[in-house]
Amino acid sequence: MHIITATDTDKVFKALADASRRKLLDLLYATNGQTLGELAEHLDMTRQAVTQHLSLLEEANLVATSWRGREKLHYLNPVPLYEIYERWIAKFERSRLRALRDLKRRLEGERDG
Amino acid sequence: MDKTKFVYVTYIRTTPEKVFEALTKGELTRQYWMHDNVSDWKVGSPWKHVDKASAQVRIVGEVLESAPPRRLVISWASPADAASKHKHSRVAFDIERVEDMVRLTVTHDELEAGSEMERGITNGWPRVLSSLKSFLETGKPLNVFAGKEKR
Repeated sequence: MHIITATDTDKVFKALADASRRKLLDLLYATNGQTLGELAEHLDMTRQAVTQHLSLLEEANLVATSWRGREKLHYLNPVPLYEIYERWIAKFERSRLRALRDLKRRLEGERDG
Repeated sequence: MDKTKFVYVTYIRTTPEKVFEALTKGELTRQYWMHDNVSDWKVGSPWKHVDKASAQVRIVGEVLESAPPRRLVISWASPADAASKHKHSRVAFDIERVEDMVRLTVTHDELEAGSEMERGITNGWPRVLSSLKSFLETGKPLNVFAGKEKR
């Protein structure tokens, strides 16, 4: 297994535990590389509040930024989500598949026997 | 034609030198990326991305910038588009030390929006970078193509 430190994972889950922040990620998924102003247009909150949400997402490494001249552009960074997928989802998928395979073998075994 | 850009970031507990090496040495890339990255990594030289299993060349391009261990920029195209420069996208690897970690930023731009290549790389980079992180931190890569065979 690869290492994800507890604090990194906590930051990701905390960042995701808020509807506005999830909406920001959805907005970036739809159109990557947006400015604060563009993102704020879609949310019913002050620019300061959007800035705070974005900085939490950046700290969790779910948003990466890049400058275009004086404009700060925000990009969706799905790498930590992929790590959580690997750690928390793929593992359980694999055990479910194993359970199905075992069930199939048992049923086929019963039929044969 | 619309061009699009993606930025991927991962933090790895290692050194910039090891990250640069892991991106440019075929015997290392094959372990976590299932492909050999082959080039002499000099500006102007060609590079290719070769499938370990089939030995087929999947991606070709040119080394645009090389400043080990901080930065590497390459062009990126499918072999079929090798001669059509306007179809080449660009990948920049920026490697910075951040406290006891390395921040690796992969910026993939000049990509044709909605192309097959865009679909491929948006699916690929998160897997490859997670696998690279795991490889450098634990010595074990992830199975980066897990799930692909299901489709």
